[in-house]
Amino acid sequence: MMHRLGRAYLGLILIFLYAPILVMAAMSFNASQFYTLPFEFSTAWYAKLAGNAEILAAAGRSVWIACVVTVISTALGTMAAIALFRHDFPGKTVLRVLLFPPIAIPWLITGTAMLIFFFGIGLGRGTPSVILGHVALALPYVIVVVSARLATFDRTLEEAARSLGARPWKVTTAVTLPAILPGVIAGALFAFAVSFDQFVVSYFLSEPGDSTLPVLIYTAIRKGFTPEINAVSTLIIAVSMAIMLLAARFARFGGED
Amino acid sequence: MIRRDTIRAAALLSPAYLWLMAAVFLPLSAMAFFSLLTDVPGQGRDWSFTLSNYAAFFETRTYALLLWKSLKLGLIVTGLCLLIGFPAALVLAKSIKGRSREALFLLVILPFWSNSLVRIFSWAIVLRGNGVLDLGLSAVLPGEVKLGLMFSQPAIVIGLVHSYLPYVILTAYLALQAIDDSLIEAARSLGAPKRTILIRLLIPLSAPGLIAGAVLVFVPVVGSFMEPRILGGKVGTYYGTAIEDQFVAVFNWPLGAALSFILLAVVLVILGAASPVLRRARI
Repeated sequence: MMHRLGRAYLGLILIFLYAPILVMAAMSFNASQFYTLPFEFSTAWYAKLAGNAEILAAAGRSVWIACVVTVISTALGTMAAIALFRHDFPGKTVLRVLLFPPIAIPWLITGTAMLIFFFGIGLGRGTPSVILGHVALALPYVIVVVSARLATFDRTLEEAARSLGARPWKVTTAVTLPAILPGVIAGALFAFAVSFDQFVVSYFLSEPGDSTLPVLIYTAIRKGFTPEINAVSTLIIAVSMAIMLLAARFARFGGED
Repeated sequence: MIRRDTIRAAALLSPAYLWLMAAVFLPLSAMAFFSLLTDVPGQGRDWSFTLSNYAAFFETRTYALLLWKSLKLGLIVTGLCLLIGFPAALVLAKSIKGRSREALFLLVILPFWSNSLVRIFSWAIVLRGNGVLDLGLSAVLPGEVKLGLMFSQPAIVIGLVHSYLPYVILTAYLALQAIDDSLIEAARSLGAPKRTILIRLLIPLSAPGLIAGAVLVFVPVVGSFMEPRILGGKVGTYYGTAIEDQFVAVFNWPLGAALSFILLAVVLVILGAASPVLRRARI
């Protein structure tokens, strides 16, 4: 009895979480421009989307930025995680604590602060600023995810390689990296998602007319809703959910394969 | 030997931390500096130091009232997330087992990691006048139903709860999962009723996870601006939207910096107060 009640409750929660997304997706396949029912299936809005140069350019920019951010933050974050795992030094706790502010401080504050600072140093708005900001937001996630994987890594393997005469670089590339690869991939996928889904920081840092996809959607929503926005939103949510499912496969939330 | 080790660690760590320095910590400091200026430096403009941006906060009452409004919104959303999320986490952690638990857990967490802007937009589609909710209810109930939820405070609350509920379920689930089942068995065999087990055992033992979840919801909600803008329309004026306006509409950056910095102070006080719990919960 209690079990069934509990399952029913969980079902309600899932309906609450997914129903609006499904409604939004369904409406992107509805022929009516004003979202009126009865539902009439049509892919016209996707066809229209394919011809919208502004949205396509923004989508391309978003993907490109996310790829650059993924490469930089995965490389830098993995290096930092390995150092935090291998070495003991004073101030290590401080370094771990410093990862927290970029995650915990509202993006509104971080975003406006970045805008002010980048203007102050003459960089201004634009794609380089967006990349700078996104990498900073993604780095803590990569470090945390890779560190979680490293926690399950057997330290003696490194020692064995070293005692067999492997140089430090060889130890890292031949022993450590292959062992923690799932964690690194999960971290990279997290970094991609952080950048691809990022709205607030991009909003303050991107140049008008040269913005990322979420920023373009925000501007469009405020002018009025069209099923075309539903179509592009549906595609975005499909991409970001697919990436997170993939990340979950690699991260396994615990560490075991 | 020790020195070489230190150099190696520094070489691996410095790129990441220099980046964080340049893109997060220096900007936050720059914001503090900017909030004390009369105008944005550069382009031949005159500027000098002033406290007037902070005075504006304390003199006009407008911003203080908006901050209060945002804090209240944070409390409402956090409270609802805890009320709705804790039972869900309890079911997930204690009554569902095996593979279906893993799958359900992933299903609950997945939306949290998808685009928040798009999810807020999806609520706009559901809640708008003559939207899906109105039409659906009209079909089931007699007469034409007009909830008029769009562009209201409830709409903002619904959207924000939807955004952050998975977070609370995640932290509560991790805390509840760590509680040894034999403790519950022991309490039950000693004749403790369900209510007692919940109040004397499950809630106190999962408190660190619940507090961590609450803080991680409360802080971003107080700083939210996109959600109130889209779902609140004209009633969606909050502290966050006031800051947004200073940067994208009014272009009074020094005032915006001061407002942002005051928010940062509030946030840091909350995070600082909760940090022992956050560290213990290891989220």
